[in-house]
Amino acid sequence: MARIDLVDLAHSYGGNDAALESFALKPISMTWRQGGAYALLGPSGCGKTTLLNLISGIVAPSRGTILFDGTDITQRSTRERNIAQVFQFPVIYDTMTVGQNLAFPLKNRGVPKAEVEKRVAEIARLLDLSADLNRKATRLTADAKQKISLGRGLVRSDVAAVLFDEPLTVIDPELKWQLRSKLKALHRELDLTMIYVTHDQTEALTFADTVVVMHDGRVVQSGTPAELFEKPAHTFVGYFIGSPGMNIIAAAVKGREARIEGHTIALGRSYDALPAGAKIEIGVRPEFVEVAGPTPGLLKAKIDRVDDLGRIRFARVRVGDVKFAARMPASFAPSDGCVGLRFDPSNVHVYADSRLVEGAA
Amino acid sequence: MDKIVNQKAWFLVLPVFAVVAFSAILPLMTVVNYSMQDTFGNNQFFWNGVGWFKELLDPSTDLGSRFFASLWRNLLFSAVILAIEVPLGIVVALSMPTKGWTVAACLVTLALPLLIPWNVVGTIWQIFGRADIGLLGYVLNHIGINYNYVANDIDAWVTVIVMDVWHWTSLVALLCYAGLKSIPDAYYQAAQIDGASRWSVFTAIQLPKMNRVLLIAVLLRFMDSFMIYTEPFVVTGGGPGNSTTFISIELVKIALGQFDLGKAAALSLVYNLIILVVCWVFYTVMTNAGIERPRHEGVA
Repeated sequence: MARIDLVDLAHSYGGNDAALESFALKPISMTWRQGGAYALLGPSGCGKTTLLNLISGIVAPSRGTILFDGTDITQRSTRERNIAQVFQFPVIYDTMTVGQNLAFPLKNRGVPKAEVEKRVAEIARLLDLSADLNRKATRLTADAKQKISLGRGLVRSDVAAVLFDEPLTVIDPELKWQLRSKLKALHRELDLTMIYVTHDQTEALTFADTVVVMHDGRVVQSGTPAELFEKPAHTFVGYFIGSPGMNIIAAAVKGREARIEGHTIALGRSYDALPAGAKIEIGVRPEFVEVAGPTPGLLKAKIDRVDDLGRIRFARVRVGDVKFAARMPASFAPSDGCVGLRFDPSNVHVYADSRLVEGAA
Repeated sequence: MDKIVNQKAWFLVLPVFAVVAFSAILPLMTVVNYSMQDTFGNNQFFWNGVGWFKELLDPSTDLGSRFFASLWRNLLFSAVILAIEVPLGIVVALSMPTKGWTVAACLVTLALPLLIPWNVVGTIWQIFGRADIGLLGYVLNHIGINYNYVANDIDAWVTVIVMDVWHWTSLVALLCYAGLKSIPDAYYQAAQIDGASRWSVFTAIQLPKMNRVLLIAVLLRFMDSFMIYTEPFVVTGGGPGNSTTFISIELVKIALGQFDLGKAAALSLVYNLIILVVCWVFYTVMTNAGIERPRHEGVA
């Protein structure tokens, strides 16, 4: 139960003297509010797990400080930090029963026996483990074991935060859904701060109220799933989130217009003060580009193929050498491969050196 | 689909069968054969039935009393060295470094005693313990401890036990180290998160994960120590008196000293059987230790 502040936190496995570019986690400052459900999303090797291990104290940071409710705990050991963490693969104490496994974190902290039994019973009920409490934990299936690991993370009511490091990797897809919604329900019920590391955007977007996207050791955007979808702050967020990802196209932007392949697209805002020398791109999600007949005034494109996702169809099109994904209305059937593309100006964003530029109204 | 039946395939097993028969079954049957007969040399044999076995298992006879005396001695010896080497091996394994060049240095150092032949170990300790020229014996006597493994039963026992610990603790330590290395880091991290003490980490993670290798270590050390021959033979020759005469020493005396082939064969078979039974008991107990049993006590 705490607010967690990271101040200029950075870590390098090569030591503090390594070049900043080689840091696994580049300096970041951010705040995790009490009771939030966060997802830490990013591809493998982007520093998510490093950040998590820094918060839990398994790894000591090269630089910076970590505050729990304003108290500097950077130098404190994991045991003293009062944090819970669930790992990628189930960790089970072989000699103990399921109940003893769940009780272990409480017993180690000298919680009174009656209280231990109450908490264990409650967590077992929430995770559907009540029937197995007296069984040896080693005899259970992988997903039941992972539920025990989750349970050990959740059993302490006073933790500053519960950290999940891709906890559902070993679980079958069917059970994954169940456990994820269970976690979400637990979050509402227990009022704990939860940080959930994953490289799966569906997992992140369904679990979290705030998604923190990491890329190459940096946090590139932190926001609600809707914000990440509608207004990616970085081209990486644009194509990492969404399926298919955002179209990112090199363009020449001037005022309220962008030029691609000799064609002009209207923009929702005005961009007059773009940084000189920066790489200018426009980004637009496939959902906001519509395929229409080859009407004059629309960007001319050729259809390569159509991906039918059932509820929605996306056309893979080509404008000159530039590839696009665009939404194809259900009623539309192109006579030949030639179509026009209609853009939704308010959802076309401009990026300078991969970062979002806010235009003037 | 049905299994293909082809009885001719049995011929493929023949070579193995022949080798095993030649190297194991026939020699063993020869021993069984000897154990049922008596001979006065000249390759003349007389049927004796289970006579030798009766005599062997009857403590009132000379053979029986020698057998039981050496059996208890041997069991005590095995119990003592297991009680020392297993915990010591675990402690050594736990205190070994886990990374850096020191790992290799430790492993090589630990492996050294294992590479020394039994009779060389015996010779080393035979000389090491002598009061006149041996470093250990000389120093002990010089500081006022009357140590003489040739004359004193206790000193002889201590010497033989310390020698075995010196020779074989490494084996237990190396096996345990291998067991410890196979524990994923996540277990230690989870234990930290759960606030486990050093002792809890040992009892809840390390010991259960070492279960398998410990089983192997206990079995190997039991078998080896129960069959020990060369080292005590070189150091004490079974003495003073009969105080360090273990079963194998007794067996050699009967078979080669007295040339009582029947008695020796009967003793060999019983000896073999004891080792098999004890190992089976160890194995069953240790593998069943983790198996689920109905429990009736509550949580925590």
